[in-house]
Amino acid sequence: MSDTTGFYELAVNGQRREVRDSWVGESLLYVLRERLGLMGSKGACEQGECGSCTVLVDGDAVCSCLVLSASAVGSEVVTVEGLSADGSPTDVQRAFVDHGAVQCGFCTPGLIVAVHHLLDHNPDPSPIEVKEALSGNICRCTGYGRIFAAVETVVAVRKGVAK
Amino acid sequence: MTVHMPVSLDEAVDLLVANPGARLLTGGTDTMVEVNFNRLKPTTVIGLRKIAALREFSISSEIIEIGAGVPYARMESGPLAEALPALAAAARTVGSPQIRAAGTLGGNLGTCSPAGDGLPVLAALDASINLRSPKGRRIVPFADFMVGVKRNARSADEIIESVTIVPTSGFQDYAKVGVRNAMVISVASVCFVHDRKSSSVRVALGAVGPTIIRPRDAEAWLAQRVDASAALPADDAIATEFARRVAAEARPIDDHRSTAAYRRHAIETLTRRLYLRSTK
Repeated sequence: MSDTTGFYELAVNGQRREVRDSWVGESLLYVLRERLGLMGSKGACEQGECGSCTVLVDGDAVCSCLVLSASAVGSEVVTVEGLSADGSPTDVQRAFVDHGAVQCGFCTPGLIVAVHHLLDHNPDPSPIEVKEALSGNICRCTGYGRIFAAVETVVAVRKGVAK
Repeated sequence: MTVHMPVSLDEAVDLLVANPGARLLTGGTDTMVEVNFNRLKPTTVIGLRKIAALREFSISSEIIEIGAGVPYARMESGPLAEALPALAAAARTVGSPQIRAAGTLGGNLGTCSPAGDGLPVLAALDASINLRSPKGRRIVPFADFMVGVKRNARSADEIIESVTIVPTSGFQDYAKVGVRNAMVISVASVCFVHDRKSSSVRVALGAVGPTIIRPRDAEAWLAQRVDASAALPADDAIATEFARRVAAEARPIDDHRSTAAYRRHAIETLTRRLYLRSTK
């Protein structure tokens, strides 16, 4: 339980992080960015339509703008910053760069988290499954072609059929 | 503002009694939009996500019970989807994968929007809503539960615990029209259930009235023309007339998402399509 003083602890990227002096109605997105300094998750629509704030909560890919932060006490939160143990780009991030799937870059962190989540659960998705899994992440630059190509490459590399 | 995260339903009920008017929260996909846009500033929130019992479901040949906290993602495929194909079809149309990982039937029932995608399925399947309060369990048929736009029969001291559904035998499906394919709120939707066991065809309409609508006159008309204990006839004239009668019982309005005329047209088209699909 969190009381009216706005103090509680979250488990973010494997670390215990204290949230202090907050209003407990704040969304997880707001707390990640403004209280904990994790700017990777982006805020745009604040109503679960754009996916740019996608994080993992207890392994589920969700919109952090729609998670009441104080309700995530006791849950494991993973943000885009926590996908790689040592801070170097993951294979998904590298493939996005290689394929030019990053243009303005605003949607990229949410897409990266969504792609990791997809491939963790479905290592060999069909094109339609990729589209469905990424349908909650809106990109207005790429037209998605380069994003799908990046995902295809990661799948092939992980299967060992491409380099 | 205080946030409580009880781990049992009894604890949640006690908290609700101690904090009258507290906001009940499951996936947060409705409530947090209101909070983010400063339309809602709850003083007390009781989060139900940590209550394991609400996130369970059970399936037998006599009864299916789905906890109020089961997310839509778990209805899209797996045992629930096999037992209730219409619910699976509706679940797949809810928002995005991120929304379906969080959103629940309990939340859909709590919000009780006429456009809630789970609700026509519950209406067509004659689901019961199980409510828990300090007085025990109260069972309310869906037809009596939703009483208006975003209004339901839940009392202030009750928590939506689960829904129960008697399994049907035969075709069931859900179809929806929105402005695009993914991530849309329903403009009009139809759930169609053919149950050979009870010899009935049950239809429910979403987003075309203040509540989910069961077109009872059209259902009665069809019951006099077909034998629903067997396969429905692949008869275009019956499908067309049934769809026309169903659409006549819709009560759509013009609003920012669509017009009444288009919605009625969509209901007619979807109903005809579902009837004919059921005969294949």
